[in-house]
Amino acid sequence: MSRRVRLWLVLTGGAGLAVLLVAACLNLPSFGGDRHPYGDRAVRASIARHTANVVSSVNFDQRAFDTLGEMTILFGAVLGCVMLLRQTRDEHRARPEPAEVAPPVRRYALLVLPVALVTGIYVIAHGQLSPGGGFQGGVVAATALHLLYLGADYRALERIRPLGVYEVGDALAASSYVVLGLAGLLGSTTFLANSLLPYGTFNTLSSGGTVPLLNAAVGMEVACAVVLLLARFLDQAVEIEKENGE
Amino acid sequence: MTAVMHVLPYLVAAWVFLAGCYGLATSRNLIHAVGCLSVCQAATYVLLLGVGYRKDATAPVFSDIRPGSRPVVDPVVQALTLTDVVVGATVTALLLALVVQIAKRHGTVDPDELSELRG
Repeated sequence: MSRRVRLWLVLTGGAGLAVLLVAACLNLPSFGGDRHPYGDRAVRASIARHTANVVSSVNFDQRAFDTLGEMTILFGAVLGCVMLLRQTRDEHRARPEPAEVAPPVRRYALLVLPVALVTGIYVIAHGQLSPGGGFQGGVVAATALHLLYLGADYRALERIRPLGVYEVGDALAASSYVVLGLAGLLGSTTFLANSLLPYGTFNTLSSGGTVPLLNAAVGMEVACAVVLLLARFLDQAVEIEKENGE
Repeated sequence: MTAVMHVLPYLVAAWVFLAGCYGLATSRNLIHAVGCLSVCQAATYVLLLGVGYRKDATAPVFSDIRPGSRPVVDPVVQALTLTDVVVGATVTALLLALVVQIAKRHGTVDPDELSELRG
């Protein structure tokens, strides 16, 4: 099929889809409306279980099983990337050269690194109270480490990033989520039920029952997963070369 | 004016989705195609957040407001959007890893030049 024919086919199909989408949009409840039956129930359930951040309550309590699936997707994607981006037989590892970094960049990166790391951990720890949570904080903490690559060089990053530890951390965090889910079976008859721990005082760090624990497990898993993913891509860019020097 | 405002966010989502699809279909570069897929996925974020919005409402977080004192937007779709973002990021990572391998094995990232099979 030539590019021209293909373009016409796409435009025709796209126009049909556009008509259907617009017709569907016109029949949706109007934007900003007051009827949110599921939202209202989620808010009520969240407050009944002393979780101030309703989004965390939905993710780690009311829809905790879905989050297990989501975490498994992340775990699977990391496994896939590790497999796809491994070193093949016709490649070798080059020692990365020490790099020159402009002094202002170095100063700024080294100054911001600890701040960003603490911010990431703060966002994970306060997932049940304020906006944020394991997913968001995990990404912040993991990318904070990579400021060392910008501020110093690749070898400095490799020293603070023993990949084996992060691989074990990723697997441990993923399995601890399942273990916490199984622990829910002790207090009730439901997998991942939030009935094991007392709900605590509203708006304190220990409130929400198992929500902070599941949140921490996800935070650790996401942080380790992002470090591993970025490590594989950086390896390809910096270290791995073709055998015949292409 | 208000009649337009009632559907505009949904139409924006549809437009972003179609723009991403057009980019996917006409792409000459696989990295560009992965970017277009992210644009398609961004349409779902707009749609979900648009569905959950409530007039004069604030974020569904009660650490600084008293429960019941103000209306809040729908937290269920916000949680769905979070799931969407995470899955989108992992899919992008996996696809980019595939593009790296294709570029190494075939020496090109133009999908039109990848017609022949190679062992």
